[in-house]
Amino acid sequence: MIRDSWRIIRLGLKSLMLHKLRSTLTTAGILFGVASVIAMLAVGEGAKVEALERFKDMGVTNLIARSKKPAETASSSSQSAWKALAYGLSYAEADLIEASLPTAQVVRIREAKRPMMRGENFHTSIVVGTEPEFLEVANMRVREGRFLTDVDDQRLDNVCVLGGTLARLLFPLDNPADQTVLVSGNDRYRVIGVLAEQGRTAGAGSTPYDECMFIPLKTHRRRFGDVNTTRSGGSFSRERVELYEVKVKLPSSEDVPSGARILRDLLDKQHKENSDVIVTVPLELLKQEEESKRMFNIVLAVIASISLLVGGIGIMNVMLATVTERTREIGIRRALGAKKKHIVQQFLVEAGVLSALGGLVGVGLGIVLPYMITVWFEQKTIIMPQHVMLAFGISAMVGVVFGLYPAWRAANMDPVDALRHE
Amino acid sequence: MGDDRDIIAEFVDVHRHYRMGDNTVRALNGVSMQVKKGDYLTIMGRSGSGKSTMLNLLGCLDRPTSGEYRIGGRDVSKLDDDALSSVRGREIGFIFQSFNLIPQLSVLENLEVPLFYQGRVGPESRRKAEYLAERVGLGQRLDHKPLELSGGQQQRVAIARALMNDPLFLLADEATGNLDSNTEKEILDLFDDLRPDGVTIVMVTHNPAVAERADRTLWLKDGEVDRLVENERAATAATEADA
Repeated sequence: MIRDSWRIIRLGLKSLMLHKLRSTLTTAGILFGVASVIAMLAVGEGAKVEALERFKDMGVTNLIARSKKPAETASSSSQSAWKALAYGLSYAEADLIEASLPTAQVVRIREAKRPMMRGENFHTSIVVGTEPEFLEVANMRVREGRFLTDVDDQRLDNVCVLGGTLARLLFPLDNPADQTVLVSGNDRYRVIGVLAEQGRTAGAGSTPYDECMFIPLKTHRRRFGDVNTTRSGGSFSRERVELYEVKVKLPSSEDVPSGARILRDLLDKQHKENSDVIVTVPLELLKQEEESKRMFNIVLAVIASISLLVGGIGIMNVMLATVTERTREIGIRRALGAKKKHIVQQFLVEAGVLSALGGLVGVGLGIVLPYMITVWFEQKTIIMPQHVMLAFGISAMVGVVFGLYPAWRAANMDPVDALRHE
Repeated sequence: MGDDRDIIAEFVDVHRHYRMGDNTVRALNGVSMQVKKGDYLTIMGRSGSGKSTMLNLLGCLDRPTSGEYRIGGRDVSKLDDDALSSVRGREIGFIFQSFNLIPQLSVLENLEVPLFYQGRVGPESRRKAEYLAERVGLGQRLDHKPLELSGGQQQRVAIARALMNDPLFLLADEATGNLDSNTEKEILDLFDDLRPDGVTIVMVTHNPAVAERADRTLWLKDGEVDRLVENERAATAATEADA
């Protein structure tokens, strides 16, 4: 049985060798089809995992409300430069959010961009004022020392926790523990802990926490105040912002839709006129992303299928030519006792071998291609073994499906006519 | 005829009519004949006499419109395609004018084709192929491709292939038509040589010199049996045997 199958496959290979160039060209159609299927699935999978990781970092059970400078006044600095522009979230609102969502953890966040110095090392980055719960809600880990506590907050201590990247920049050679960092040239903060690096680049609009310094919320308010003055090109702009961000962590992802509704209702009342607060719901984004990725994947699958279809038509074309050329061989085989099913089998195997060879080389190319996409386009790609198997399986199936009609035609030739064929 | 050898192939009032538009062509019109074990029969006739139709029917490549065709006592005239294929594969050994070897296969593989379709390929079929290749004088060339052989050698391979399945009879269609006269003689000698093994031969030809070497010649005319001639050579051989 196995010997017979092998014999049929070998026969198929021998017959294909009769027309090496033709067989190779036909195979190329399937080859590129399979390679593109694998590459596209790898790109799709990579993008999916990347998106998943990004939203996981933001926290799938989190709601994020962030203050935003209103658009209409953002560019016009002509009006009274000394009157501070007030916008964004307030402490009172944060308390209200906390009261409306009793099961949630609410974290208040203030930000200020300041130069930081330690010895000769200098870096301008964001000083984040926040509460102890930040660590859990933002899904970060302490690498060394400890994070901020309520006691630090109450005592208005000048202590700080450094983001992993910032710690490396300011303390390239020594241990930062209990050392002092100078902020804005005169504020001294004692380092009590260092966070583990998240490693991933944060998405647009979110703060790169790896490069931030974290201090107690009350200390932040005391040191930097609510009014922020920035100087750009000789003109001042003054902004009054109480809180830059409020993160809300809900107990589970089922609470996200209702929590998001409550939060939006609440903030809409306060900030309807000038939409100066943006609510981000990572779970919603994740779902949107998944939906659009799904559409994207469908489009990719359709394109890949078309290329395989074209390859299949090529195979059918070549098999029809082969059957015509070898009419006489078919007649001989029939005379020597071959039943119709034997003839069908022979040509189906030949078509299958043709496309499986293309599939095999296509798998090779399909594995190399995503690697090159990653190197050249910096797009994460993931090759799943089941995708490779799927692509190869489809290629073999294409051969069989498109070989069916030529094989059927071969089998149904009249043996007498076939033998007489020149 | 009066001898009691087994009848291995028999036509009983066989008709084969084709429809060509509104006309009916009566290619065979009530042919009855018998082939007995060990026979060497040639079928002759002008073109259009029904030779080819007769060959197709004898070879189970075609079915009669009416009448019976018995092979080994079994009526095969109404069998379906698969069953006819089996009969061809088991009972008949085809030899063609243009050898009809499969070009991409080696001599050995060509020899194994008939047994392959009966699922009988294995060490035994290889031994048999080697034996028959030896028997037809081609022992050393099992790994060659057909096109590397001369016409005579190719026809020897074809004869060996026809014998692979131990058929009831060999059915030859102008077996020497593509060969020069020397090679023709060699092939006809080979047929003579095979006969003591109990091989039965039916050959369709239009060459009287070829027909002469058979025991009997069946003459066809307009789709009917014109006459059945006992050849001289055969007659003398028979007398010698009696004496």
